[in-house]
Amino acid sequence: MSVIQNVSRRRFLKGVFGTGALILTVRYIPPVWAQGQSTDGQTDADRATLHPNIFVGIQQDGTVYIVAHRSEMGTVIRTSLPLVVADELDADWKRVKIDQAIGDKRYGDQNTDGSQSVRRFYNTMRDCGAAARWMLIQAAAQQWSVPASECSTELHVVVHKATGRRAGYGELASEAARLSVPKKEQLQLKKPSDWRYIGKGMTSVDLEKLCTGKAVYGMDARVDGMVYASIEHPPVFGGKIKSLDDQEALKVAGVHQTIRIDPFKPPAAFQPLGGVAVIADNTWAAFQGRKKLKITWDNGPNESYDSVEYKKELQETAHKPGKLIRSVGDSGKAFPAENVFEADYYVPLLSHVPMEPMVAVAEFKDGKVRAWAPTQNPQAVQAIVSSELGIPVQDVICDVTLLGGGFGRKSKPDYVAEAAVLSKKLGRPVKVVWTREDDVKFDYYNAVAAMYMKAALDDKGKPTAWLQRSVFPPITSIFDVNAVYGDPPHLAQGWTDLPYDLPNIRIENGPAQAHVRIGWLRSVANIYHAFAVQCFTDELAHRANRDPVEYLLDLVGTARTLDFTNVDYPNYGADYKTYPWETGRLRNVIEMAASKSGWANKKSAKGHGFGFAAHRSFLTYVATVVEVEVTDDGEISIPRVDTALDAGVVVNPEAVRAQFEGAVVFGTSVVRSGEITAKNGVIQQSNFNDYPVARINEVPAQTNVYIAESSAPPAGVGEPGVPPFVAAFCNAIFAATGKRVRDLPLSSNSLFA
Amino acid sequence: MKLKVNGIDRSFDGDPDMPLLWYVRDILGLTGTKFGCGIALCGACTVHKNGEAIRSCITPMSAAANSEIRTIEDLGANGLHPLQEAWMQVNVPQCGYCQSGQIMQAVFLLKSTPHPTDQQIDDAMAGNICRCGTYQRIRQAIKLAAGKTT
Repeated sequence: MSVIQNVSRRRFLKGVFGTGALILTVRYIPPVWAQGQSTDGQTDADRATLHPNIFVGIQQDGTVYIVAHRSEMGTVIRTSLPLVVADELDADWKRVKIDQAIGDKRYGDQNTDGSQSVRRFYNTMRDCGAAARWMLIQAAAQQWSVPASECSTELHVVVHKATGRRAGYGELASEAARLSVPKKEQLQLKKPSDWRYIGKGMTSVDLEKLCTGKAVYGMDARVDGMVYASIEHPPVFGGKIKSLDDQEALKVAGVHQTIRIDPFKPPAAFQPLGGVAVIADNTWAAFQGRKKLKITWDNGPNESYDSVEYKKELQETAHKPGKLIRSVGDSGKAFPAENVFEADYYVPLLSHVPMEPMVAVAEFKDGKVRAWAPTQNPQAVQAIVSSELGIPVQDVICDVTLLGGGFGRKSKPDYVAEAAVLSKKLGRPVKVVWTREDDVKFDYYNAVAAMYMKAALDDKGKPTAWLQRSVFPPITSIFDVNAVYGDPPHLAQGWTDLPYDLPNIRIENGPAQAHVRIGWLRSVANIYHAFAVQCFTDELAHRANRDPVEYLLDLVGTARTLDFTNVDYPNYGADYKTYPWETGRLRNVIEMAASKSGWANKKSAKGHGFGFAAHRSFLTYVATVVEVEVTDDGEISIPRVDTALDAGVVVNPEAVRAQFEGAVVFGTSVVRSGEITAKNGVIQQSNFNDYPVARINEVPAQTNVYIAESSAPPAGVGEPGVPPFVAAFCNAIFAATGKRVRDLPLSSNSLFA
Repeated sequence: MKLKVNGIDRSFDGDPDMPLLWYVRDILGLTGTKFGCGIALCGACTVHKNGEAIRSCITPMSAAANSEIRTIEDLGANGLHPLQEAWMQVNVPQCGYCQSGQIMQAVFLLKSTPHPTDQQIDDAMAGNICRCGTYQRIRQAIKLAAGKTT
């Protein structure tokens, strides 16, 4: 915890703040890259007088620096984790400044993905704050010659109550810096009742900048001497250039040259896709030049990819016996000839489309790279740039800008690698800007998935046997070209962990070959798994003429901890003893959502329906009620959503509410219109016209979020809101129309389109 | 050609087809105005031309000539605009990338419709996408600011 590396990278200063003049009218341009970001790889915390650990620094003027090592894409994590440090430090938040960390393994994991920032670093942040507080108390006790045990802290001050002596943190910083850093056993963490910030929260430290256009995203990063690049990628995944004619492109005013980028060597992972970059004075000139390129392509084997055919293949596979993932009872033989119900569910490829397209600035100089990027994973930037350029990892400095949305796309730094590769070839800094069309066509898509569900039912309509089989091209295919089966971490996302108390359960997965890059997208496999499980459950409830909530609770069964002995269940990478799967907590949020929404008094009728779903993902339990209205001509609106969640200890409730409000909007897009298709290997969508996302007039008019009081360890909040909403929305549509949504999205479902 | 940007006289002799967006961002360095789609589908690039909200990504410089352009940087230059205050009070932004465009669009809405209904807000704001899904708070903030704008 007290490891301090003196990473001197001051030579980069000149590159950022130098006074060269290349860009057209540079005199107008302010040095935008100066907003408190690290300038030499060190943080202000590293340079502070008292620096007990890599996350905290305290200056003699009382300024407290806290390092944010996770990426800010709207979850307010840049505020929430430092807030935990500040709480244990008893620091005055007004005197705290946030340092955004560069990519550096000394911070531990920085991949801001998987809804895990708080849960993975909550204890570390508490320890870091407590260690600094301990040292300040020791320093004061020495000064006053009193036992440290008689000293305590108030806001930013150490006090000795018996004598009324007080000393500010700034005054004590130098003295405290002479002491050795305490061991973990010496730390005294606050009692929850003494928490100043945890559970109360704080608005984003960036709030005003976000409302005034002053926030700096990757799109806004700029360094002197920079040129702009726009890249024509192979239209089919894995394609290569056959011939290139760039003569017309070079005639475009402002275009300097074109540069070929080599195709990737499979597996694709985070390598650049390859193609032709047009280098220009400004973004527009680069875009224009690119339109004039004449390229013929060797499309390679993925040219045969047709998403209509592929859907059929997936569904056929889903009807054949697959690989056994989990089995309960005599699941192989439990299906009688009669009273069996089965259904197929389908979710297509989905695209992230964050508002900020992929963009990065990189400068290769003296054998080293500095990159400025909106990345969820700066250490992955270091790794891919290092391998692409053949330089050591520590010679890649990655500054993390604000992200204009991420949703998992910006965990994959192929676009940053492109900038680095181009900068090396050009010998000057390069800004790579993807168009929206590039973003839609060359995404790492959320997997297309087919789910086959089958249940044998008793006379009350309750399953005596349950079979579920999913088929989807796995994310692991980007790292292993032969991977066709779902990997345990993604099968664990709402599939392996079916929480129902049934005598016979069989959970399977079938193979599927990927023809595009597959990647994590907000909620990932939980989207299609929860859609199938929670909609199928609703179908069974209706067939049994039972209330969907009562039926769901019956299937979930009594409060218990699920037993995954002999089951490969990674549990989102969390220790199962610390984060067990507790059906009691699921029941609790189900009852909470039902009660808060007034479910018992809601009666669906033609054109007006209520749907319910519940799901645990990223260690958080969520239940959601969706109300829909459907007009005679099929227009669907969503007057209200009620969602209840148990995410354990919540640091920043306002931020959590915002995440769940946003999740239902994200889910609205999934249900209404989210669909990527391909023909002859080419993605058919290109922009918000043919890949629409939800607009203000299409989303729930009112979303109510209820946070369950919990002392359990903190769990995820960015992603868990999406899966139950998607299912509940579809269940509400059935309640209002009698039509079952088994194929998403509505826009291409023949029942609704 | 000549134009005024945030009250400052500017002249431009480059490609008249260049969209205003890239002029304000790449050439003037006013990066508060964002690139989101390039074809007027998302509203992230919204600025005011002679007081009217326009999509700068499809407005060529030739069409901006002799006009007065206002970007987000100028909106709060002399103290925050009531909409910006409301945005902060309601805690609207998540990632924030679309919010310059949302705010510029909302300013234009309140100019013509000082007390908009939900329907009027939806009609005026439906061209501005927020992928984080802050719409509920955008609506709240607009209502909060309604009547406070001049």
